[in-house]
Amino acid sequence: MQREGSALHGLGVVILKELSDHLTSVRMRVLEWLVVLFALAALYGAIQQIRDTTAEDPFLFLKLFTTAREPLPFTFVSFLSILVPLIAIGMGFDAVNGEHNRRTLSRILSQPIYRDALLFGKFLAGLFTLSVSLIALWLLVIGLGLLLLGLPPSGEELARAFIFLLVTIAYAGVWLALAMLFSIIFRSPATAALVTLGLWLFLTLIWPALAPAIVIGFAPSSNEETLILAAQYLSRLSPSTLFGEVVLAILNPTTRSLGPIYLSQLQGAVLGAPMPLGESLIIAWPQIVGLVAGSILLFVAGYVIFQRQEVRA
Amino acid sequence: MSADNVIEVQGLTKRYDEATVVNGISFSVTRGEIFGLLGPNGAGKTTTILMLLGLSDISGGQARVLGFDPEREPLAVKRRVGYLPDQVGFYDNLSASDNMRYTARLMGLDREEREKKIAESLDHVGLHDVADRPVDTFSRGMRQRLGLAEILMKDAQIAILDEPTSGLDPQATAELLQIIRNLKTRNVTVLLSSHLLDRVQSICDRVALFNLGNIALLGSVAELGRQVLGIGYHVDLEAEGEGLAEKLKTVPGVRAVEAAGSNHLRIYAERDVRADAAATVIAAGGRLLRLSVETPSLDLIYNRYFENAAGGRHAA
Repeated sequence: MQREGSALHGLGVVILKELSDHLTSVRMRVLEWLVVLFALAALYGAIQQIRDTTAEDPFLFLKLFTTAREPLPFTFVSFLSILVPLIAIGMGFDAVNGEHNRRTLSRILSQPIYRDALLFGKFLAGLFTLSVSLIALWLLVIGLGLLLLGLPPSGEELARAFIFLLVTIAYAGVWLALAMLFSIIFRSPATAALVTLGLWLFLTLIWPALAPAIVIGFAPSSNEETLILAAQYLSRLSPSTLFGEVVLAILNPTTRSLGPIYLSQLQGAVLGAPMPLGESLIIAWPQIVGLVAGSILLFVAGYVIFQRQEVRA
Repeated sequence: MSADNVIEVQGLTKRYDEATVVNGISFSVTRGEIFGLLGPNGAGKTTTILMLLGLSDISGGQARVLGFDPEREPLAVKRRVGYLPDQVGFYDNLSASDNMRYTARLMGLDREEREKKIAESLDHVGLHDVADRPVDTFSRGMRQRLGLAEILMKDAQIAILDEPTSGLDPQATAELLQIIRNLKTRNVTVLLSSHLLDRVQSICDRVALFNLGNIALLGSVAELGRQVLGIGYHVDLEAEGEGLAEKLKTVPGVRAVEAAGSNHLRIYAERDVRADAAATVIAAGGRLLRLSVETPSLDLIYNRYFENAAGGRHAA
């Protein structure tokens, strides 16, 4: 049945309202400081480490993101991969059930807008807020790197760092969409937050270890190659794995493959030589698409459930 | 059906899996009328309202609001209809006027019109002085009034109010009912739901009594009284005199006269027979002490109806 009017009527109004809510909320303030402090700590460690090892690396600047100060294992990237989901979940877990519980949902939906605009506006505002924080953080890191290393990044390094930024935003989108999905399913924000956080811990910490075990337990083949590949495919169901692989390919130009490397592929290869940007991008492309597709799928799932949900409290 | 009907509902039905919450109800509301959907909780009032607003799917039958189909043209309906949900909520951290600004933007009012209308409507409901206070400092009654201000700002042709007076103290209720009456003077049609029968009896032109997803009774309170109790008016009469009851029975419109105490008679009548009753008492040489009329209470009608319905079922 055809509905009259645009589904996105009022979208801009919702986005502006949600943005102003996010940017003025105490929650956001806390999360921002958390990000900045953790990032500075990691960056400081990286810079110390880079200064100590003055190797002739053509991609020294990218090492800012991926180097940790011994003996601590925390790099800037590993901080981000933990904190970005946390922030995204923190912004999304009460997106819809919060409106239910404040009893504002039916009042807002009785205005001349469709539900589509409300949900889409909330998602976009969340993603926009995350992007603003991440871009600010990214600029901070680049600026500090310039100041403290005294070394300008090359064009390719900047391009790689920028792609890294975009991928991080997509990664944040997955968790935001997941958090919003649970905020639609569960009436209680606490339940939604716990379930999302639980799923995050599971996918990030447990799943990568569990995937090979599942494969070994159930695989009919004892061919080692099949086992490794199957375990890898399975572990890629986790957005954290995908993000880690993309980062590896983009920020570490010597990465030649994200799967097992066959001897035939190594013939004629100069080990340790960096790949051109285009090649690195091609290596990571399936993972990048996976992240974007994941957030779209999760959002659509939430959208469908929200459309069918009763508005009455 | 007259062309002046702003809401027309034919066989409206809502089913969830097995349960039928609203079962083929039909009614219509004319412009400028205050129409009450009354009945116990869970009788299907809120579901009916949500279907009229296009916020809930319609399982069967059809509804027309101002000539629009709420399922196909929900935006057209929602542009013209104001809705005050049961226990309306606002964004507590925002001020009253900021809350109004958000909905005004959603309505698509431009800035100048917005500010003017917000000030006007807050003024009208008596919240002008607290316009810039955050809503979490508001009492329940103030929130309800803020909700009504939103409907005023919208210039709605129909105001749909779900349980507007539940949980309010008597004074707040009186203030709210007064604002609702004012809506009528602005030629706004009001559809209100309540489970408090006597509270809203005073302001409703017509009511529909809901029970288990059906409309049990429909009409003005006096009409319902006639339908269910067989009488429209109770006249209480105190008078000293001989054989007054017999004489009063001959007055046109009087159905029954019963003695309710010494010198106290209760007259059941189809119309307001006070003047005739007084004349009869005087003509009979009696001394009239007191004369008062009351329309039967909805509570009485409601209870009697369901007693009858239950009795009927037992008989069958």
